[in-house]
Amino acid sequence: MKKIIALLMAGAMTVLTACAAAPAGGAAASGSSSDTIRIGVFEPSTGDSASGGKKEILGMQYANSETPTVEVGGKTYNVELVMADNGSSADKAPSAASELVGKDVALVLGSYGSGVSMAGGPKFEEAGLAAIGVTCTNPNVTAGNDYYFRICFLDNFQADVLANFAIDKFSAKKAYCLGENGNEYDQGLCVFFKQVFEAAGGEVITDSFPTNNSDFTSYLNKAKSEGADVIFTPVSIAYAKQIMEQAASLDIGIPFLGSDTLDDNMVLEATQGTNLQLFVSTFYQEGGSEKFDKGIKDYINSNSAAMTANGGNDTIAAVTAMGYDAYYVALEAIKAAGSPDKAAIKAAIPGVKWDGVSGSIAFDEIGDAVRDTAYIKTADTASGTWALEKVQTGSGK
Amino acid sequence: MVQKKRSYTALIGITVLLLFVILLENLGNFIPGLPQVLTPTSPLFTVLKKAAVYSLVAVSMNLLNGFTGLFSLGQAGFMLLGAYTYAILTVPTAQKEQVYYLFEGCAFDFSLVDMFEGIFGNHGAGGAIAMILACLLALILAGCVAGFFAYLIGFPVLRLKSDYLAIATLGFAEILRAIFQWQKLGKVTNGANMIKGFPTFTNFNITDSSGAVILRLSTFVPFLISSLCIVVIVLLINSSYGRAFKSIRDDEVAAEAMGISLFKHKMLSFVISSFFAGVGGALFAMYVANAQAKAFTSVMTYEILLIVVIGGIGSVSGSVLATFLYVACSEWWLRFLDSEQYIGNIKVPLLRNGFRMVVFSVVIMVIVLFFSQGIMGNREISLGALIRKFSPKKERKQ
Amino acid sequence: MEYVISVLLSGISVGGQYALIAIGYTLVYGILRLINFAHGDVFMVAGLMGIYFTATLPVTASVPLVIFLTVVLGFTIERAAYKPLRGAPRMSVMISAIGVSYLLQNTATYVTGGQPMTYPVIPFLSDTVNVAGTQTKWVVIITPFLVLILVFALSLLIGRTKVGMAMRAVSKDFETSRLMGIKINSVISVTFIIGSALAAVGSVLFFTNYPAITPTAGAMPGLKAFVAAVFGGIGSIPGAVIGAFLIGICETIIKGLPSSWDVSVFSDAFTFALLIIILIFKPQGLFGEAATDKV
Repeated sequence: MKKIIALLMAGAMTVLTACAAAPAGGAAASGSSSDTIRIGVFEPSTGDSASGGKKEILGMQYANSETPTVEVGGKTYNVELVMADNGSSADKAPSAASELVGKDVALVLGSYGSGVSMAGGPKFEEAGLAAIGVTCTNPNVTAGNDYYFRICFLDNFQADVLANFAIDKFSAKKAYCLGENGNEYDQGLCVFFKQVFEAAGGEVITDSFPTNNSDFTSYLNKAKSEGADVIFTPVSIAYAKQIMEQAASLDIGIPFLGSDTLDDNMVLEATQGTNLQLFVSTFYQEGGSEKFDKGIKDYINSNSAAMTANGGNDTIAAVTAMGYDAYYVALEAIKAAGSPDKAAIKAAIPGVKWDGVSGSIAFDEIGDAVRDTAYIKTADTASGTWALEKVQTGSGK
Repeated sequence: MVQKKRSYTALIGITVLLLFVILLENLGNFIPGLPQVLTPTSPLFTVLKKAAVYSLVAVSMNLLNGFTGLFSLGQAGFMLLGAYTYAILTVPTAQKEQVYYLFEGCAFDFSLVDMFEGIFGNHGAGGAIAMILACLLALILAGCVAGFFAYLIGFPVLRLKSDYLAIATLGFAEILRAIFQWQKLGKVTNGANMIKGFPTFTNFNITDSSGAVILRLSTFVPFLISSLCIVVIVLLINSSYGRAFKSIRDDEVAAEAMGISLFKHKMLSFVISSFFAGVGGALFAMYVANAQAKAFTSVMTYEILLIVVIGGIGSVSGSVLATFLYVACSEWWLRFLDSEQYIGNIKVPLLRNGFRMVVFSVVIMVIVLFFSQGIMGNREISLGALIRKFSPKKERKQ
Repeated sequence: MEYVISVLLSGISVGGQYALIAIGYTLVYGILRLINFAHGDVFMVAGLMGIYFTATLPVTASVPLVIFLTVVLGFTIERAAYKPLRGAPRMSVMISAIGVSYLLQNTATYVTGGQPMTYPVIPFLSDTVNVAGTQTKWVVIITPFLVLILVFALSLLIGRTKVGMAMRAVSKDFETSRLMGIKINSVISVTFIIGSALAAVGSVLFFTNYPAITPTAGAMPGLKAFVAAVFGGIGSIPGAVIGAFLIGICETIIKGLPSSWDVSVFSDAFTFALLIIILIFKPQGLFGEAATDKV
């Protein structure tokens, strides 16, 4: 019996190895064929950030279906997206990155989540491959890595916008910041928020919850009993959803401020039919470009996989718009380089300028996007949609 | 005599392996137009690096679980200590401001790299020596910190039995992680942010003045360090201490009756295992090019435990072999399961994101259930046996 | 005052939910000496089933169905992953448990696509109620009572029935009870059935209160429940329940301490610290029987 199983196992392993070798071989073959340009998509589709990563991919896929070719030097190339799942975790990211490098892509887009971008960054740098971060907002993604660029704003800008908004809109004096312990995104935003808010004369209470926590009622009640005017929760989607649900049942009555991660229809769903006030800063607001809105909605509605990836409805997430813009920035870079060569593309990226649906995009000397506006939108709890609150610029710090 | 001969063959085997790694890594320099898999940017080398690092950690866990019979699940915690020690000690002072940007610099205004560069100069051969010495010293210190911590917690927890020891060490690892993520200690640990900017494996590549790589050593280095450490562990296992460990594993009461001090030997095994887990953690930090407490969860410990079990509890070569298979399977070979595939024009059903991990866990379950002894059981691979096996002339006796 | 009440309330409800999971751990450990790492994930799968069934079926039909299927799952896991290893070293069984946990989590990731899922609104349980000025859900109030009723029923089962007697005998001495003609395998199956059913009930209560489910949602409650079981004295049901309530309440109190102290991040770490202290000073737990080593 055991021997048979052993043989079966050995057989299965051989088949698997062969299968694994086959696409690798295939990649090499089609990579060298001259009429395809491959763009690597370095995004999480499993793990904590899967939800956001999938929505970002969605934008790129839609853009790819809209413009599947690029003309370089009088020759038309097909553009192919090559996915690699970085599993939302820093220890899986290097191998996902080298998977993309091994598939001979011309440049890389992604990732959602700064930690994985920082872990994958050195692999791209080593391979001389340019990467364009879509929504990784941590300052250290591009700092110290010549090959990483990004098209989104940074954490300090976002915190600045939200802190100023809290002061302007609610004349807030006391803010309660809640983030996940050990998550650089949450903690970074809390620290920046605190800096700005305290500089403006306010008081900030910061608090953290352990990973995989599900009971937030203690934290919310604490915020209430300590007399906070606003609650700032720059947390990932699953936690945000949990917090919103629990805040609704507590009838908390304090407005919530969220970062770009909270701009997600899962979070929106949690607020529907409640009396929560939720304001998020984000990259894009539905209605910003009618053509894009209509196109992406049609795309989502006609494709069940896209529908599932978008969380079961056709609300447009800002990260989808960012993914869409990132794809066009990549095409511009390829055109500007005049060849599908990765070194030429890397050299061309800093000069790229593109008017995307989320605003105009250009790069500064570090490789960050030059952006000075963020959209602040609020959850319309009656209809379950986002409403634009205001377009806010930073305090110019 | 036999023992001596075997050590020689083993030594030769390892040297050949190391030379082979260097050769493999640098094939691209001699032969143009290599297949994709062998070019320096291929996933092959990422997998090799990770596996080299993990194999050290797996062997260190095997020393404790397989050879001493102490069921400890604290490996991730000791790796965390090692990774942070290495990172904090080697980030160049010039970069600390940027890395610790949330905390306005680091409390340790000191870096081993800078210190050695002060002695040997910072470019050419001097720079290379400075970096090698700094990394080496930092690796050893990383191990020492982990070992020292193990010594401290060893007093209370080593009195516990089997499952209780496992859950207590798991608890210690979780506590450590919470402490290292604490924003209040940000001046030292960088809080939730990752520490980066320290020398990694790529820094060992030899480059010419223009920055082009002449000789790649980035895969060789983890292989070298890991195999050195594993050799030390094997020597320990084969020494009288090792025999004492095994006797404790087989029967504590009998071992004690034979005059073996239980606590002393358990502590020794625990500290040594943690030392190498610490070194492994530092190597892991070099592999991912950052140190962040978030990575060192209990899931990581479980992964290493699975590797040890798949390889065979009580087999060093089994652990090493299993690590390479495990890492290659989970990070490379099965990746195609994550995206849609077509055979001809027919779409293969079920294939979408996440399927890779499902298949992978099924494979693991099959191994655990049907090969409960693991690949190697408690045997070891020996070169002599391999040669005998594959030489057709001699008939093997049953 | 309101604040104190709100913290205590959530502590009691968290404790109650841990208790339902902890019973599963303590029963299995009592009999098999196995830390069933997959138990927390069975709890998570029960939650996911709840989501998928209520999408098509009414709540009254789907809750019993969830309980039934969770029982089937628990039974299957035991038969497929633990029974073949009955003679193997204890470490192998525990690793098999880790493997099952891995499999359940990865399958959940595959099925849900890694998205956090929303637990449906259960009528009445999800409704809000005002207790001494603090708004909360009915489920919070009901949980401790439901736990007490279930524990009472369970102690009747164990103390007064034949199956219960067999369970006690097996946990006392595995080999001897086998010699006495007790069908070990059916006793173990019953244990897993009870544990899984309670985990399913626990999942309804827990996820009604905290309605987002991710594939790792079971890991933390599972580990904490195990700690609770050890704390109370492994093998003892009242011990596990008291341990669970203590841990639940302590944890929420730590989370609720003033933020200027900045200790709320250590709420999980505290649980483990407590565990280690208990293990060192009273290894048999609060209510456990002292084990004697036989040579």
